[in-house]
Amino acid sequence: MRANRTLEIGTGLFVLLGFAALLFLTTQLPASGLKLGGAKAGYHVTAEFDDIGDLKVGSPVTMAGVRMGEVTAIRFDAKDYKAVVTLRFDPQYNEIPEDSFASIQTEGLLGGKYIGLSPGGLDTYLKDGSRIDQTQSAIVLENIINKLFASYASKGSEQGAGSADQGKPAGNPGKAESRK
Amino acid sequence: MSKSVRGSYLLEGLRRLGSVALFLLQLLGQSLPALARPGLLVKQIYNAGARSLIIIMLSGLFVGMVLGLQGYDLLQRFGSEQALGTAAALGLLRELAPVITALLFAGRAGTALTSEIGLMRATDQLTAMEIMAVDPLRYVAAPRFLGGVIAMPLLTAIFSVIGLYGAQLVGVQLMGVDKGVFWSQTQGSVALHDVSEGLVKSVVFGFACSLIAVHEGYHAEPTAEGVGLATTRTVVASSVLILLLDYVLTAAFL
Repeated sequence: MRANRTLEIGTGLFVLLGFAALLFLTTQLPASGLKLGGAKAGYHVTAEFDDIGDLKVGSPVTMAGVRMGEVTAIRFDAKDYKAVVTLRFDPQYNEIPEDSFASIQTEGLLGGKYIGLSPGGLDTYLKDGSRIDQTQSAIVLENIINKLFASYASKGSEQGAGSADQGKPAGNPGKAESRK
Repeated sequence: MSKSVRGSYLLEGLRRLGSVALFLLQLLGQSLPALARPGLLVKQIYNAGARSLIIIMLSGLFVGMVLGLQGYDLLQRFGSEQALGTAAALGLLRELAPVITALLFAGRAGTALTSEIGLMRATDQLTAMEIMAVDPLRYVAAPRFLGGVIAMPLLTAIFSVIGLYGAQLVGVQLMGVDKGVFWSQTQGSVALHDVSEGLVKSVVFGFACSLIAVHEGYHAEPTAEGVGLATTRTVVASSVLILLLDYVLTAAFL
């Protein structure tokens, strides 16, 4: 009876652990799942961006390269067609000028996006619920490449037209020979 | 001479394949009645699953930590160590967790199954059951088979979670990848079908491992040497089959 009890407890523990692991994998890991864990301390500030690229909830917020907080929510403003990002700052960073400038930057060449802050000059500080007015959107690499190609293509087509004209006379002798 | 030897090898291989297939059918036939005796099943889940827990968790932790180290070293060359979470999670969920869990399972639980049933065969316990009109397939083989099939996906899920924790431990605590980035990148790139891919694999592996282990034990030669040989065959056949099935399943999923 005693041995049977430990057996059942052991099995129960194993099955519980297994299903807890399954639950974690299916709900916590994919971004669509619900998130557990309470809200962290700190104050929240919003900022509007035209384009946030692939900024995600949980991306860091930094100033001078030092992590000050994270992105806690991303929402779409249907009126202005802008992305409204909520930032949470750790409570010890409570003297950030109100006119600071927020821009979305990329870590490394292929890395994720983060929000970099440059300090402003005002004596009033950001507090819970305030808004960062000056923002710069994410630089989307594809857009730059597209622009680069567009300018290159417009230059190239002028040059390409010239070289095509030069190519024609070279082709003619061949045709003439084949007729013979 | 050599031709007939080769022919007999071929025939022997065919015979074994047929024997496993027939055994599987018998086993499946006895599986539903075996479910009616949950006590036996619980005992086998305990043997196959709960007692493999320590080795699975330890291996998972170290596999995850190695993944964190290697992944970090490789990714930081391209300046994208933020993708560590993605690399670790996808590697674990899709490949490493199901395959390593199955290999460990074959070594830890499969051998135990084979030698246990083989010894029952060698000491005529199975024959005795048959004489008493107790079907050994139903009371010995089927619960062990089902126990393995049920335990494997759970073990795989535990392996994945512990491995991910290990990768996070090395990547975030040791190498200094940002924790928020680690998890947000992971969550941004892992989809539900990645989880289900690992799960399907683990169920298939559990099926294959348990079938081989139980079959080898059940049909072991009833001698001390025969049981030893059967145990070896279980490990070899399971390992090869796991890796082969893994390729087939991966090709099917991608």
